[in-house]
Amino acid sequence: MRVRLLFFGLYRELAGTGELEVEVRPGATAASLVRELRARGGGFGRLPEAPVVAVNQAYARLDTTLAAGDEVALLPPVAGG
Amino acid sequence: MKSWITTEPLDPAAILEMVGAPEDGAALLFLGIVRDHNDGRRVAGVRYDAYVGMAEAVLAEIAAEAAARLGTDRVVVAHRIGELRVGEVSVAIAVSSPHRAEAYEASRYVIEEIKKRLPVWKEEQYVEGGARWLEGQVPPVPEATGD
Repeated sequence: MRVRLLFFGLYRELAGTGELEVEVRPGATAASLVRELRARGGGFGRLPEAPVVAVNQAYARLDTTLAAGDEVALLPPVAGG
Repeated sequence: MKSWITTEPLDPAAILEMVGAPEDGAALLFLGIVRDHNDGRRVAGVRYDAYVGMAEAVLAEIAAEAAARLGTDRVVVAHRIGELRVGEVSVAIAVSSPHRAEAYEASRYVIEEIKKRLPVWKEEQYVEGGARWLEGQVPPVPEATGD
């Protein structure tokens, strides 16, 4: 199944893109997705092991199980204001 | 109650105009402004990145929570994103209420919650050249609920 991945701030620079479509296995979690990304190496390898994630625009736990079509965002610590 | 994220310059007077009611004896306007220095370095400007859809939802949630504290619906908050120069307004918060105590509390609540959980990121650009993403705060993540 496919999910849509979004990157922001520093992570957008590490990923070299703001958006990516990826194929994940059924039963995949946000954590397993991050592990697979990091295993790509390069800038992806510099993403943290346990980043803050949002699933479908809400903060979510890393053990959240993903569904086809989910929007998963990797969020650096926030710095608005 | 109103909240938004925009790349357009914010108009503080217009935002203050949006609050107020005959029973209100206090109105407050808070402005966050890009300053010319940080950590001993001279800042030329900043760039805000945002997860716009989620930031709009979180900002609306923060405004609603502040309104509940205030006991009125007179809460307006806007956050600017994109490229800003020194002296420009990055965030504007207007609140009004019958008495000042609730207004100060609600205004403070909005800016503190923005710092804690609004999905927005700031890159500082320096007069001497170079730029860096600022260290931010780790937003609270939901507790396990077994879902």
